[in-house]
Amino acid sequence: MTTRVLSLTQAEDAMNVGQYGTSKSTPKKPSRPDDDLSKPRWDEVSVSTIVPKMRTEDLHAYFGQSEVLKGISLPIAEKQVTAIIGPSGCGKSTFVRCLNRMHEVVPGARATGRVLLDAQDIYQPDVDAVRVRRRVGMVFQKPNPFPTMSIRDNVLAGLRLNGERPDDPDAIVEKMLHRVALWDEVKDILGRAGTGLSGGQQQRLCIARSLALEPEVLLMDEPCSALDPIATARVEELIHELRKSYTIVIVTHNMQQAARVANFTAFFYLGKLVEHDRTDVIFTRPKEMRTEDYITGRFG
Amino acid sequence: MSSYNRRKFTDVFVRSACVLSALIALVPLGSVLYYVTVRGIGGVNLDFFTELPKPVGEAGGGMANAIVGTLKLVLLACVFGIPPGVLAGVYLAEFGDSRFGKWVRFSADVMSGVPSITIGIFVYSLVVLTTKQFSAFAGGVALAILMLPTVTRTTEELLKLVPESLREAALGLGIPKWRATLRVMLRTAAPGIATGVMLAVARVAGETAPLLFTAFNNRFWSNGFNEPTASLPVNIYTYAVSPYEEWHRQAWAAALVLLLMVLILNISARLLVRSRVGAR
Repeated sequence: MTTRVLSLTQAEDAMNVGQYGTSKSTPKKPSRPDDDLSKPRWDEVSVSTIVPKMRTEDLHAYFGQSEVLKGISLPIAEKQVTAIIGPSGCGKSTFVRCLNRMHEVVPGARATGRVLLDAQDIYQPDVDAVRVRRRVGMVFQKPNPFPTMSIRDNVLAGLRLNGERPDDPDAIVEKMLHRVALWDEVKDILGRAGTGLSGGQQQRLCIARSLALEPEVLLMDEPCSALDPIATARVEELIHELRKSYTIVIVTHNMQQAARVANFTAFFYLGKLVEHDRTDVIFTRPKEMRTEDYITGRFG
Repeated sequence: MSSYNRRKFTDVFVRSACVLSALIALVPLGSVLYYVTVRGIGGVNLDFFTELPKPVGEAGGGMANAIVGTLKLVLLACVFGIPPGVLAGVYLAEFGDSRFGKWVRFSADVMSGVPSITIGIFVYSLVVLTTKQFSAFAGGVALAILMLPTVTRTTEELLKLVPESLREAALGLGIPKWRATLRVMLRTAAPGIATGVMLAVARVAGETAPLLFTAFNNRFWSNGFNEPTASLPVNIYTYAVSPYEEWHRQAWAAALVLLLMVLILNISARLLVRSRVGAR
């Protein structure tokens, strides 16, 4: 046990992560998501042996005539954080939007190939995209709480607008706001408009709104790019917590962020997957020249 | 320094021109309100709201039937006009880029410019001639057609102002598209749409021409929606062109009451919307 924790700490130090995650990796307080010793830990598995929650196979995505994704095959590890990095326009956002069939919402957009959720291809014609999106939640770049709803109603929006009447809505609201560490800040103003909160609070509210549907996978499309550093730190802290229970895919422009929050990192370039590996490997000894050029800031 | 003085002068000049123009624009509004109030207030009493019109030559009497008639006509116009108008607006906002959508938008724009009396003739030949009678129903249809283009275009424009990110948020929560449109997009645009609809209703409530040969007029109470029905605008017209001094007085009173009804409609709509939206 001790050696394991030590190796973890070393790995994180080597990656220069865990400024606020260190307390989690001290020997006294092991709270890693995968303390179950029967399973391999994320920092011990190689990318070839991960247990995928989702997997894309030869995924191509198009906007009209232009091909944005050119055959992406990528496994998404279960209950881990996978970061997607790459320069602007490389298809990062399109990729995550394909994972819950939000890509096709844009007029003229379509995708081919397979996207497996557990063992099911979500692009089969008999699969209901609406149901997929309930299992694979999404958090967007700009916080987008519903302006006509109070904080409380925003948390419940996913359930209510799906026609569900939860038995104890107040309990759900409290639980979800606790889960995103927003409860103490808003418990006295639950009736106020969600849009009155600060940007970081709004983003955490949006995460709570997604979590209220109990999704299995959470997609985050540059969730911190509209936030200041302190709010960003709060959201990243939250991601550390959430990866115990959810499979998370996060698109980010910020490589330090990928290094801080992700177990695995995939580097996209011009619509192709260049490299996918453990985050520490990507940032310390990438196999591909283009990855190294990108993370060292030579382009992008 | 001279350029600074020139800039200062231009600033003062343009600003006073704006203030002056704003005042000039307020003059007609203010004088209409003032004049109608002064001339009309004398004729407004309890009888005006509770009595039927008296025959020519007899003093007193009121316009209770016309007040109720106007309310009836406006109600019918709302029932016939708002639901299709709002749904057509939703269609235009969601699928309006198709060839058919462009055609619908164009005809709505053309329709909003059609003189109201033309719509009166249209409804006369369509409804009055088929049912063989003037009726509140026919009047309501005419007013509904009149407000349809305004309601449609207002709904479309306001739906387009709702940020696309809200639709994505809703769809990302696994909410079906139709529900996202109605419960999130339309709901977010609702205050603006309500204001637009109220303006359309207010405009239609004062229409005379389309009612002349659809709802016609009635000196007595009308039962239900299938009889000729009195309305305040038509009464104002009839009374104002009559040679009787007493009727002129009543026409001014009717004008004042109509003005107040429209005002109350507007203000209450705004208050209603505000109290439901400001959840704080």
